[in-house]
Amino acid sequence: MNRRSFLQMSALAGGGFALGLYEMPWAQAQRRGVPRNLKPASFIRIAGDGTVTIMAKSPEIGQGVKNTLPMMIAEELDVEWKAVRVEQADLDEASYGGQSAGGSTSTPNNWQPLRRVGAAGRQMLVAAAASNWGVDAAECTTQAGRVLHAASGRSAGYGELAVKAATLPVPPLDQVKLKDPKDYRIIGKSQPGVDTHAIVMGKPLFGIDMSLPGMLSAVIAKNPVFGAKVKSANVEEIKKLPGVRHVLVIDGTLELGSFIDGEPGMEPGVAIVADTWWQAQSARKSLKVDWDLGPGAAQSTEGFKTKAAELLKGTPANTVRSYGDVDGALKGAAKVVEAVYEYPLIAHGTLEPMGSTAVYKDGKLEMWVTSQAPPGGRALVAKAMGIPESDITVHMCRIGGGFGRRLMNDYMVEVAWLAKQVSVPVKLLWAREDDISHDAYRPGGTHGLKAGLDAQGKLVAWSQHLITYGDGKRIVSGGGIGGDEFPSGYTPNYGLFMTAMPLILRCGPLRAPGGNAYAWVGQSFLDELAVAAGRDPLEFQLEILSNTPVTASGQEPRAKGPGDLNPERLAGVLKLVAEKSGWVTRKKGTPGHGFGIAAYFCHQGYFAEVAEVSVDKDNKVTVNHVWAAGDVGSQIINPQAAESMGYGGVVDGLSQMAQEITLDGGVVQQTNFHQHPLIRMRQTPPIEVYWRKTDYSPTGLGEPTLPPILPAVGNAIFAATGKRVRTLPLARSGFSWA
Amino acid sequence: MPLKLTVNNVATTVDVPPDTPLLWVLRDVLNLKGAKYGCGMGICGACTVLLAGRAVRSCMTHVSAAVGQPITTIEGLSSDGLHPVQVAWEALDVPQCGYCQSGQILAATALLAHTPHPTDAEIDTAMNGNLCRCGTYPRIRQAIHEAAQAGAPAQKS
Repeated sequence: MNRRSFLQMSALAGGGFALGLYEMPWAQAQRRGVPRNLKPASFIRIAGDGTVTIMAKSPEIGQGVKNTLPMMIAEELDVEWKAVRVEQADLDEASYGGQSAGGSTSTPNNWQPLRRVGAAGRQMLVAAAASNWGVDAAECTTQAGRVLHAASGRSAGYGELAVKAATLPVPPLDQVKLKDPKDYRIIGKSQPGVDTHAIVMGKPLFGIDMSLPGMLSAVIAKNPVFGAKVKSANVEEIKKLPGVRHVLVIDGTLELGSFIDGEPGMEPGVAIVADTWWQAQSARKSLKVDWDLGPGAAQSTEGFKTKAAELLKGTPANTVRSYGDVDGALKGAAKVVEAVYEYPLIAHGTLEPMGSTAVYKDGKLEMWVTSQAPPGGRALVAKAMGIPESDITVHMCRIGGGFGRRLMNDYMVEVAWLAKQVSVPVKLLWAREDDISHDAYRPGGTHGLKAGLDAQGKLVAWSQHLITYGDGKRIVSGGGIGGDEFPSGYTPNYGLFMTAMPLILRCGPLRAPGGNAYAWVGQSFLDELAVAAGRDPLEFQLEILSNTPVTASGQEPRAKGPGDLNPERLAGVLKLVAEKSGWVTRKKGTPGHGFGIAAYFCHQGYFAEVAEVSVDKDNKVTVNHVWAAGDVGSQIINPQAAESMGYGGVVDGLSQMAQEITLDGGVVQQTNFHQHPLIRMRQTPPIEVYWRKTDYSPTGLGEPTLPPILPAVGNAIFAATGKRVRTLPLARSGFSWA
Repeated sequence: MPLKLTVNNVATTVDVPPDTPLLWVLRDVLNLKGAKYGCGMGICGACTVLLAGRAVRSCMTHVSAAVGQPITTIEGLSSDGLHPVQVAWEALDVPQCGYCQSGQILAATALLAHTPHPTDAEIDTAMNGNLCRCGTYPRIRQAIHEAAQAGAPAQKS
């Protein structure tokens, strides 16, 4: 723990206490110059009647942090989980520390501090009881929200002790004693989602469900081409339509060029604000806009393909990592394998479209947002509106899916701007068509690969050239690649190169950014190499992982930390999934039927997956079964929900295999789920999820479950058909889902 | 022209254009937020409600078409969350983000009303119109089997 962190406790009106953690080392708010919040915001409130309230600090997008993080506090506080009320915190990073949800970081970043917050609370309650009873605190124990003194048979509930505890000194956070994990009663036991009951009752929880007195609803007719501006629109005509209150031309806060950073703010368009959303959306059918399309209109998917093919033939613009002698090793190799892998732009398509609610009054904003990154959202709104962040109150709604799309906060700027224009509460909801065609897309990419095998079928050289998007200096958000991309470091000669071509379109991170594409490329090509070497792909990959990592590369090796590949852990999940799927004794050689295996390390988590597929004579693919094995450290915090995350990553990855976003005249050609499909229930295989528990600190599950499924299926299709999937979506390799 | 509706056994009158989608009448006129907007073209199922016991896409159903037929939304499935489908959903903690789940629950309810003990294939067919972006399908399958075991009561239609 950072020693600057300290707990602060406050007495509650009505006899209770509130325990807050201040000056978290990772409080980004400090860096942004947000004044430190001095109100007694807290993680824990214990009322005089014993009611325990624990704050959920981070946005809930379906990843389960509204359980996971409060469970950490409740465990160490030693209360009954069923007795805990979980409440969603407002945005207040000075009090809560980081409040963004991204990068599968919630578990690893909070595992230490939040358990310590709970343990400190428990320690104070024990001290209060010991003082009341005149006994040594060491003689007291706790159980289910009570302090017990076995020797005298006395006990007291936390509620009774709260007033006294509020007068006691707060222990330094790094000195509180944590439980032995074998004594856990909440962590490691499945605890149903704290909102599950409300969800099955249809209660209003989501951003779209917000309702305020006098609230208007808005839709924005967004530009047809990214960056296009409004020249003129039939505003007066639209204003006369039923229910319409305002029609507003948005010039936007977008500066072309800024989009590369992924957070350009508000795009130009025409907002229609009406009494109800359907009135606004209906009025839009009569809207006529003359657009200045701008330079984006010259872009097309075909153009990018041609350009990428040209760039692949040329000299790479950047060397990401290079060591050994790749060219020499390829010349001396017994066998050289070459391939080009290509994947498209894809959209996030969260089921709840973008939107949020805001009210602007007396120069101040109050917002109810659906952002995964509300701190960045507030900063962006403050900049766009020219008001200080301290005048913007942000409440977090439950969110109908994030997947990285909501790390961007364009809709927050839009609704804040609208609220100021209309002077009454306003809810913005994007139409699905705008959501798909104005995403922050997962960047497409083309990889030229070349690798060499020696006479024994060992990998001796690997060369990879990625054609991505960028402006020369910067790469679009989500489009970069790291020098540690596997098998970097595990083959004696290696080169990873990158060339970017300009793109006028917003890109951004999609669940398992990088990994969702690079795992497919790397693990598919590795499978090709195993086939070329006449070896089993599992055994081939385990051999590579057993190599001593190369660090003498002319580049400083990074410090070994949880963000660096541990080959023993990746091999461990490969062996576990092989065992569970019967890999070694799998049926081989049946036309139209095959197994594929793949593994990947990302976001501090290790996953290996096996897919069993059937492919019919029309090249329709059925995934019959999936086995997944994961290693996210010593503790699966909420097992049933963790297993669900395993299912989710697999299903999401399968969906990605059939999706693409294409451009023609700069216009995104896909507008809804019929053109950018998700897999459906009948296409979902039985999925088995297994855990390999290791001694490492627990890490997150939002992302690492996803990447291996794409290459596992691609490799299984090869085993079934002899045809290699080198282009996604599947349709561009001649396959489709059954 | 005022339209008479029966929503969750309550008679009500709404004054909206007859071609207004039932979804937006439920959400914005009657303040029943359970049915969700997902695609607006009947391909995701987030807006599913029961019309005379049948699962329909309320985003594609004109409100005028619902006149004279009982409408059941997620809010009307039970007063206490003890409908077997809801109980199974909670027991298996089906939701991830939860956005599609009211539609999933009502589609499952309609299935079980006609097919009290569905096979996996029957579940796949009946639930094919309901997308889940988070991938809760394996849990939904389990929950439907569990609700079938518990004996979902037949829907009145």
